[in-house]
Amino acid sequence: MKITAHNSGRSRFEEDETGPISLQHVNVKLWLKDQENIDLDPVIPVFHSWIQQQQPGDDLLLDVADYRHVYGGPGIILIGHEADYSIDNADNRWGVRYNRKTSVPGDNQEKLAHAVRAGLLACERLQQDTRLKGKLDFNGTDIEITVNDRLLAPNREATRVALAPDFEAFSQVLFGESEYSLSANRDSRRRLTIALKSARVFTVGELLENLSRASVPKHRPKDADAGYAWERNGNNSGFAAGAPARGEFAG
Amino acid sequence: MKASNSSWKEELAGKVPEHLAREIDIFETEIVLRKQGKLDEKLFAETRLRRGAYGQRYDNGQRNDGQKVQKLNFPSADLTKGPNTMWDAPGMQRIKIPAGGLNAAQLETMAELAEEYSDGIAHVTTRQDFQLHYIQIDDTPALMRRLAAADITTREACGNSVRNVTACPYSGVCQDETFDVTPYAQALARFLLGHPDCQNFGRKFKPAFSGCAQHACGLTSLHDLGLIATKRNNPETGKEEFGFEMYVGGGLGAVPYQAKLFDSFIPPGELLPLAQAIARVFARHGEKKNRNRARIKFLIQDLGIEKFRELVLEERKILPFDPRWTEYIKDAVAEFQEAPLKPSGELPPLITIEGLNGNSDNFKRWLKFNTRPQKQPGFVTVAVALPLGDITANQLRSLADIVRHFTRETIRTTVDQNFVIRWVSKSDLPELFKVLHKVGLGDAGAGALVDVTSCPGTDTCKLGISSSRGLAAELRKRVSQKSFQSDEAVQNLHIKISGCFNSCGQHHVADLGFYGVSRKIAGYAVPHFQVVLGGEWENNAGSYGLPVAAVPSKNIPQVVTRLTDRYVADRNTGESFKDFAKRLGKAELKKMLDDLTRPPAGDRSFFSDWGDPREYTLGDMGVGECAGEVVSPAEFGLAAAERELFEAQLAYEGGAAEQAGSKAYQAMLNAAKALVSIEDPDIGDDPDRIVTEFRARYYDTQKFFDPFAGGKFANYLFDAHRKSSAPYTSESSRYLMDEAQLFIDAAHSCSNRLGTLVAV
Repeated sequence: MKITAHNSGRSRFEEDETGPISLQHVNVKLWLKDQENIDLDPVIPVFHSWIQQQQPGDDLLLDVADYRHVYGGPGIILIGHEADYSIDNADNRWGVRYNRKTSVPGDNQEKLAHAVRAGLLACERLQQDTRLKGKLDFNGTDIEITVNDRLLAPNREATRVALAPDFEAFSQVLFGESEYSLSANRDSRRRLTIALKSARVFTVGELLENLSRASVPKHRPKDADAGYAWERNGNNSGFAAGAPARGEFAG
Repeated sequence: MKASNSSWKEELAGKVPEHLAREIDIFETEIVLRKQGKLDEKLFAETRLRRGAYGQRYDNGQRNDGQKVQKLNFPSADLTKGPNTMWDAPGMQRIKIPAGGLNAAQLETMAELAEEYSDGIAHVTTRQDFQLHYIQIDDTPALMRRLAAADITTREACGNSVRNVTACPYSGVCQDETFDVTPYAQALARFLLGHPDCQNFGRKFKPAFSGCAQHACGLTSLHDLGLIATKRNNPETGKEEFGFEMYVGGGLGAVPYQAKLFDSFIPPGELLPLAQAIARVFARHGEKKNRNRARIKFLIQDLGIEKFRELVLEERKILPFDPRWTEYIKDAVAEFQEAPLKPSGELPPLITIEGLNGNSDNFKRWLKFNTRPQKQPGFVTVAVALPLGDITANQLRSLADIVRHFTRETIRTTVDQNFVIRWVSKSDLPELFKVLHKVGLGDAGAGALVDVTSCPGTDTCKLGISSSRGLAAELRKRVSQKSFQSDEAVQNLHIKISGCFNSCGQHHVADLGFYGVSRKIAGYAVPHFQVVLGGEWENNAGSYGLPVAAVPSKNIPQVVTRLTDRYVADRNTGESFKDFAKRLGKAELKKMLDDLTRPPAGDRSFFSDWGDPREYTLGDMGVGECAGEVVSPAEFGLAAAERELFEAQLAYEGGAAEQAGSKAYQAMLNAAKALVSIEDPDIGDDPDRIVTEFRARYYDTQKFFDPFAGGKFANYLFDAHRKSSAPYTSESSRYLMDEAQLFIDAAHSCSNRLGTLVAV
């Protein structure tokens, strides 16, 4: 997106149209299967061992931050230079989070794929680590994608409209022939977050496979009926309104 | 680095107060200059510290990963942001909140910044600041602009400067205060921020206000400048008048000092000028070479309080009159108005409250520990307990909603790392509890045993020796399981933990205090904590505790259990823990803990710290940046000249010849002023005076003369000054920029010859 000065004095947060958006700082959370019995104690040595091995990926891994004491917080974070990984309980929903901090080259499909792939690889590694006894398993259906930059992608209708084709196209690739739904959190104070929910339960391996073999379409035809379900909600973007986050005070 | 960084300036144009906008522009330019190698790393370190951008553990580019020392291969490998401090290494951003006062929009801004630049957590400090960790230095200008747009500054949050002005968070609503100190704290913060007399300290300077002498909330005894609201009958008029008891020279650190009484009564009109006079005396006489003796407490110890007072009062007499002394106070008193949103009320009978859903015991505890009646009938304050001072972005937004719904956004941070919501109608308490509980902010025990205070320690601090946060989390977990069933006397004890002797966790003023130390056992380094007992939190931190014994970290929970059990069993009626510890004496206390001072044989868990499975090592400790190195005003002045010239060059490239010429001339003036300020710190900004003084002090004396070029470069300044009222053409501004560069280089040479670039 070309960000320009606003001589009218209106913030771009207030504008009702937007140009093409170049995604950066894509943040992915893969929900865990077991939401009730999360034990973070063994995660700490696991993340320390990732630093020792400087794995997964090519990112520089730096330190481990412990927020077990915080309600609905980021849990345990593996701090990296390019990205952070965490076992995250934001909105009281446990998941494996990949938070991209530095910029990534490519188009939006590549950037989405990059972040989701990184999150999936982290999930795969956690699932395979015997110290965790298989307790941190991806639920196979729910992936939240957040754009962690309010200026690049303010959480408003115009942004959601602009990005809808990107998320649709990416979802087709990720979930293949399975039906899925997309929904958005509409609290403008929160970051733009799109929840992808597959009708079918996937393994991490299957999703990685889908990503690796896909030729990611650049745009979805405007009125195409591709056999998947929008949760239509009377808004232009096509994203359903996300349920109010649990634990949020609504005034 | 955020992709949007460069766009925030335009996005927030017109929304950032001009003086803050200029400050941030300057810092952004300094970042560019540092990257180009045009700004010395030591100078850049101090300038970023003065903007609150602090170093963090491992920023020297190496970390012990538990198996080996790992080199952290940051992309900008050769670039530093300070001596031995890698550019790309994450750092901490401290954010000043004068008197802890916030509004809902500011809470939301903090939430946004925590999510986008940090790790989703905002941390409230023991001096009412916020801190964000794991921040990239390249992101800081955008972050600062977003804060400034919310009327928050990071300026002088670290470095050798006046730090956040703190104040009792109950001020204005406290039942037994003398008067509301809030507007005075705000006026002092505004007056001292960026004040020229506060730019040449050898160390930091921390002011604090309290509305009364007897409570802890202001902690004035442990501050460099402590002000306690008081009143007296004027000896001349016989009328009652309000003012301040003024204390100076308190401080914690390795050796804690109680502040000394400077004056038992100063009228409000003298507050700002006396603070200015103290700043001048501290800047002039304070230690600069030895950082360990550079706080004002050492100056006062060396001089004696009488001599110090005499110097300050002499300085006060010769201060040029400044209308802001009274204007700022008048403005602050007029502008600071708080009022309730809801009418006053009474707490409904518990039995009639719906929706507690089995939480009635929690509610009762919360009422007992977290609420306090205001002096305004029908209203209470509500403390929001934050575990280890941490709060998530979602919780910050919820809190913003809550303070909007129940109050006129009257919320403050506290020195025990919590929030206090003010002006809550008593009738709203059940509803408020429910919504706080729903978002995880309704824990009881604010300010009690379970509410353990901790500095960052080895989690992020370069000086950390032991894991204070790890221990605090562990104690909190263990204590919370039984604290509300324990004896009443134990419930109100304070536990405070520092990761090292520097006392950022305020362990000296806790009933049970701990600070990190290391001991070698069987050839291995073992994390320990020194146990400090019997400090006094009340009476504005009235007295300091007694070190008793060093105990392995993993045994500290047992120390707490043993001491509190003994206190319950053996205390005299009404005896405080401080008096109890004093009565038992060090020998007996030490004996009590003796078996805990050694780890059990063969238990290797003692060789690692709480929450960190790596084998413990001191190898990750770095050099503290608490206040950076001492950089002389002349160095800052020359850096300002370089920056101005850089901006001139940018303007020139952008086709703005007039602006380029003007800035090049200003750059020369800045360089001349820097040299003059070595001899005359009050030189001011008048160009005629700068040039006249420069000529007299440096040209006529030939001190500026280059061994080869003589006074040639000085003449560039004289010419530029003579022509400064004429318009600049593209050609003339181009020549002037070249001359300015030569003049600044010559000023550097001159300063080097005079020895001022060596830390003074």
